[in-house]
Amino acid sequence: MGSSAPHPEPLAARGEREPSTREAGEGRRKPRASLGKWLVGAPPLLYLLVFFAAPTLIMVLASFRSPGEFGGLAPIVDETGKLDLNVDSYVRFVTEPVFARVFVKSAWYATLTTLFCLLLAYPLATLIAKSSRKYRDLLLLLVILPFWSNFLIRIYAWMIILGPNAALAKLVNGTLALFGAAPVPLLFSGFAVLVCLVYVSLPFMVLPLYANLEKHDQALLDAAQDLGANAWQRFWRVTFPLSLPGVYAGAALVFIPALGIFAIPDILGGPEDTLIGNLIKQQFLETRDWPFGSVLSIVLTVAALMLAGIAAWVGRRGAGRRA
Amino acid sequence: MRRRPAWLWAAAIFAYAFLYVPLLIVVVYSFNDSRLNAEWVGFTFDWYRTLASDDQMLKAAGNSLMIGIVVSFVSTVLGTMAGLAMHRYRLRLLPILIVAPIAIPEILMGVSLLIFFVLLNFTLGLVSVALAHIAFCIGFVAIVVRARLAGMDETLTEAARDCGATPASAFRYVTLPLIMPGVIAGALMAFTLSIDDFVITFFTAGAGTITLPLQIYSMIKISVTPEVNAVSTLLMLLTLLLIVVAAKLSPTLLPSERETTP
Repeated sequence: MGSSAPHPEPLAARGEREPSTREAGEGRRKPRASLGKWLVGAPPLLYLLVFFAAPTLIMVLASFRSPGEFGGLAPIVDETGKLDLNVDSYVRFVTEPVFARVFVKSAWYATLTTLFCLLLAYPLATLIAKSSRKYRDLLLLLVILPFWSNFLIRIYAWMIILGPNAALAKLVNGTLALFGAAPVPLLFSGFAVLVCLVYVSLPFMVLPLYANLEKHDQALLDAAQDLGANAWQRFWRVTFPLSLPGVYAGAALVFIPALGIFAIPDILGGPEDTLIGNLIKQQFLETRDWPFGSVLSIVLTVAALMLAGIAAWVGRRGAGRRA
Repeated sequence: MRRRPAWLWAAAIFAYAFLYVPLLIVVVYSFNDSRLNAEWVGFTFDWYRTLASDDQMLKAAGNSLMIGIVVSFVSTVLGTMAGLAMHRYRLRLLPILIVAPIAIPEILMGVSLLIFFVLLNFTLGLVSVALAHIAFCIGFVAIVVRARLAGMDETLTEAARDCGATPASAFRYVTLPLIMPGVIAGALMAFTLSIDDFVITFFTAGAGTITLPLQIYSMIKISVTPEVNAVSTLLMLLTLLLIVVAAKLSPTLLPSERETTP
């Protein structure tokens, strides 16, 4: 065995720093690699096939079945021997406008979340990118840290802040009373859902934006200034177009999870704030209509993956044009 | 130094305040001597005492801890293998299966596992929750371990092989010690993700099984009580501790311009 050991290949071929170029180092496929490949790769592969790929496929199949009488799925072959495969649930999704409306509403909330995150994140990312190396990691860490606290705790925090007895509600409703307006509830409203969505999504906008802004060449801005561009023009004509790949990446990272969220509208939303996530939860845990719930989940996932694909494509195209 | 206008600072400070004030309020009110989380009345440890005698909460915490330890162990072993396999060999399917659970909406994984377990007549409970958690933690561990491997000098392993070490002993005595910080960081990350997970747990736990997030959920669905503040504060402390340890071990967990590139 020892005599068949390979010669170390040149370091350069491996691309030490860029993980992506490592893929090119195909020279490392050795004859005995196949055994090691299976020993090391098979257990995680098998686990993910069983506990991720199989459930997903089963769900795709379930979306073409009929709901069972007492929830779940109807028997695959009924008394007459007919195979239970149909597109009824898809037809229902397309023909009943109430579901499309929920999707539109979710997309609307996700869009607003993305815009507000962008507005908040841009100055923050700019500041971090312009800070000296010494503080940069700390400032970034401070952005990420809240993300590691429990998701429910972050929702709960807004229950406290927006609660009817809290200072904010008293202030808002006191002001409204001055103008003779009726008090508005802050909690259990679309406003609460939106604020919390922005809150939990913000780090995902800051990170890609920062990663992009940090690479900008100051010389370009200096050149623009020399050519007589004012601060606004420098931002709008130089910095912002250059930062678009970061914006797209951040938008994808914010929009897609926001689209499928269910805990936030479930806890902070009012009765009208039913989003896709809540609809899916209802289908599985309350109505127990699995086929329809599966259809909703699949439509959501396909929409999310398509958006991610578009964001990646637009980002790459934008990067390519400038290169 | 480059110019940094005042409004930039103001906007950034506002953003940081937006990120931290809510969590701070949770912590502060956990010491507040009032049932209402509305205004400061006085200092007390009462809510922590209530917590310590809340059997349901303690049971939930015990379950979460147990699941977290099992999940962290299994997903670290499998995730390290996956990271190693992806680093050393050109694979097609595994990288997709590693990234997909992270990329798709969480709720999809929750409901598909629910269907899966129910169709297999698998009783929903702690075991199904742990199996589900492992499925989404493997990817995170694999990514951390792979990043560590990418920064490692592979010639060391090859040298060991040239000196006659079997693949297993080259891994045991050369590769593993070198990637250990990454492996431990991955394990801590998996533990944190598991103990924090709500959505997937919500669908795979079934009735009657509680974990800490499920218990918090059912409490805040009913009312706001400072006991939730207390358990939240403790949970945040624990997470913070784990993250600090993990970050010390594996700097790749913290963003620097190379890792955060989208």
